[in-house]
Amino acid sequence: MQINNEFKPKIVAFCCNWCSYAGADLAGNNRLAYPECVNIIRVPCSCRVNPIFILRAFQRGADGVIICGCHPGDCHYTSGNYYTRRRMALLFSMLNYLGIEKERIRLEWVSAAEGAKFAATMNEFTEAVTALGENKRLEDLRCKK
Amino acid sequence: MQKITCESLIEKACELIENGTVSRVIGWKKGEFDYDLTPAVFANADEIKKNFIYNDFSGANFSKYLIKETRKGEGKVLVFLKPCDTYSFNQLLTEHRFDREKVYAVGIPCEGMADIAKVKAAVGDGILKITSEGDELIVENLYGDVNKVKLADVLAERCVNCKSKKHTAYDELMGEDGEILDNNRFDEVEKLENMTEDERFAFWQNELSRCIRCNACRDVCPACTCEKCVFDNPKSGVENKAIADSFEEKMFHIIRAFHVAGRCTDCGECSRVCPQNIPLHLLNRKFIKDINTFYGEYQAGEVEGSRAPLVNYTEEDIEPNDAVKREE
Amino acid sequence: MRKCSLNSLNAVFEKLANDSALYMPVDGDKGADYKKWEMGDELSSALNTNRSAKDFFFPQTENLMEFKVSGKEIEVIDTRDEKEDFVVFGVRACDAKSFDILDTVFLSEPCDSYYANRREHATIVTLACTRPSETCFCNVFGIDATKPTGDVTCWKTADDMYFEANNEKGKAFIEKIADLTEECDSKAVEEQQAKTKEILKKLPLADLKTEKFGKDKTAEFFDAPEWRELSTSCLGCGTCTYVCPTCQCYDIKDYDTGHGVIRFRCWDSCMYSEFTKMAHGNNRLSQLERFRQRFMHKLVYYPTNNDGVFGCVGCGRCLAKCPISMNIVKVMKALGGNDGE
Repeated sequence: MQINNEFKPKIVAFCCNWCSYAGADLAGNNRLAYPECVNIIRVPCSCRVNPIFILRAFQRGADGVIICGCHPGDCHYTSGNYYTRRRMALLFSMLNYLGIEKERIRLEWVSAAEGAKFAATMNEFTEAVTALGENKRLEDLRCKK
Repeated sequence: MQKITCESLIEKACELIENGTVSRVIGWKKGEFDYDLTPAVFANADEIKKNFIYNDFSGANFSKYLIKETRKGEGKVLVFLKPCDTYSFNQLLTEHRFDREKVYAVGIPCEGMADIAKVKAAVGDGILKITSEGDELIVENLYGDVNKVKLADVLAERCVNCKSKKHTAYDELMGEDGEILDNNRFDEVEKLENMTEDERFAFWQNELSRCIRCNACRDVCPACTCEKCVFDNPKSGVENKAIADSFEEKMFHIIRAFHVAGRCTDCGECSRVCPQNIPLHLLNRKFIKDINTFYGEYQAGEVEGSRAPLVNYTEEDIEPNDAVKREE
Repeated sequence: MRKCSLNSLNAVFEKLANDSALYMPVDGDKGADYKKWEMGDELSSALNTNRSAKDFFFPQTENLMEFKVSGKEIEVIDTRDEKEDFVVFGVRACDAKSFDILDTVFLSEPCDSYYANRREHATIVTLACTRPSETCFCNVFGIDATKPTGDVTCWKTADDMYFEANNEKGKAFIEKIADLTEECDSKAVEEQQAKTKEILKKLPLADLKTEKFGKDKTAEFFDAPEWRELSTSCLGCGTCTYVCPTCQCYDIKDYDTGHGVIRFRCWDSCMYSEFTKMAHGNNRLSQLERFRQRFMHKLVYYPTNNDGVFGCVGCGRCLAKCPISMNIVKVMKALGGNDGE
């Protein structure tokens, strides 16, 4: 989206229900500001995030996608985030192999107590994506306005 | 190593069907030419004697056909497996995709299969006859020319980079077993990795834009065995029949390769069948190479029952953000 | 008949390209494909392009219209772009014939205006074959590879390119390049044709028989036991249908872009399990039925509806591209097409 020539990215953040979503909640409760362009999608566990979801987010106009889950060892379902870690390692590497800018996609572990980390992560990620500009390499032209 | 002859395979197939060990045989059926063999199911010795063929173009991997074939009929199915086919065979067994009891697997040695496109590139079109003599193919054409070409020069890509001459599964082995080979199959992947982001994007954009979404790569793949593919399911939200936007070709090929990551044995069927000659194996090999680097050497289908890397983990696994080199 | 030397062919192309878009097969590292001509591009000598020439008139995907919804208002937007004239150069006899088959489907009432628009604006320049491949069998369907149809026919000899107009559109084309070509006799062309015809007789598939197929043969072949074996190893991919110059099935779908709806059509394949899926489900449940549909359509259904004209032009793409090397030739032979010789 481009308003007043100033690029405002669209960010999709997949947050697991048990840690990261609560972390986002805590950030809000503590009045910690993070960019309004971050759209949170709550998922039961970070390992619910199918690679198709990520690609679909880019297709539908996201300029950056971030996946947040419980810290390794803290998964509500014991091992979900370990699987996420492997899948995303391969997916990130593949996207980079296809020439997609690596800064557009990230994974962070955010616990329910880390409201400050959540806000800081989102600020930092949004800044990085803003610097990259519009997502051109994984865009679907039909979805552009 | 002695090259296995077509006659010996016919003899073996007839013997096993006549003594009742098997009731059907999956094999290669003669085509109109010497190179267009069709996978077929033979039900009796007469058919086998008449139409069974094994030559330098018997490249098709039969493992996937076992899923369908073991579900029907009485008795066992005889299948001939080249070393690379046994990896797919093992992988399918690991995933419980067919009943091992219903299969009689005969391992056959393989010196590599020829790629007809390479033959034509070397000696031209209009081929009437191809015969094998030693390490050479003798090609006769419409215009009365007889050309010779070395098999080694027209091998299919996957055979040039053959990973193994060792059979990982069989009930019976014809000839001698080989060894797991050193190979250079990751060279091309590395070359791409060493390009800049822009170059890589341009490379894949060019390759994938040729995709016509015929789905041959998926349909032939022995690891793609879902009863209903996500791309065929109208309820999945990503079903598409044609590439309506360049995004969709990327989506399809990333997800296709991702869905077989850790299970792909690198049999090379996807690249063999692509009508647009897209080097699809370079996507699969990237995953294999990454898996080897991140989680230790792993060859899908080498050991039956082994746990695939994506359904496994350790507490020390690499972080996704570090999986991509941040500096370039 | 007119000719120009091969040395001045580039000048002809340049002249044509200045006037309107010019497309022709150009060799790439993965085989020949149609490409918009630019200075430096050379006309490929390949027989078959990877993708057939039907793409020019029946592209793989095409937007038909768009809808914009705001409140209770729906705005319908016609997205078709008015085509400009273009030239397709170097079309082989088989592909040229495929246009007739597509025309019958798309131009008969109700006429497909999207297709008709592109067809009207195109000038087809065909190129005679001299070195057929073993997979060629266009002669079986009465096509003369030494004199392809189209608006203009060309023959390429060792030194010259010969042009002959077949209709008004063709005459206009010849007129356009008149100062780059010279009037000539047809001796060299006739010599080449005679030579090629000798080779055509020797083609391994030249003796393929079509007599058993055609009009009103549905009952004879529909339940033939051979279909089972023929289709048994079919993967159900769409390669044969997508590389085929005469396959013309498509699907029309709506795509929600988030700010509107795009109605587009795209190629579909009778080999796919989702083909012609309706509210009640699917009418061809097994791969045998789907496989049979494709070949019955080419050999029986299409001729039944179109005065015995077959829906195949013998280009041989499916022979070269099918992952399991199953194709119409094998089907025809297995169904007894060549029996009783």
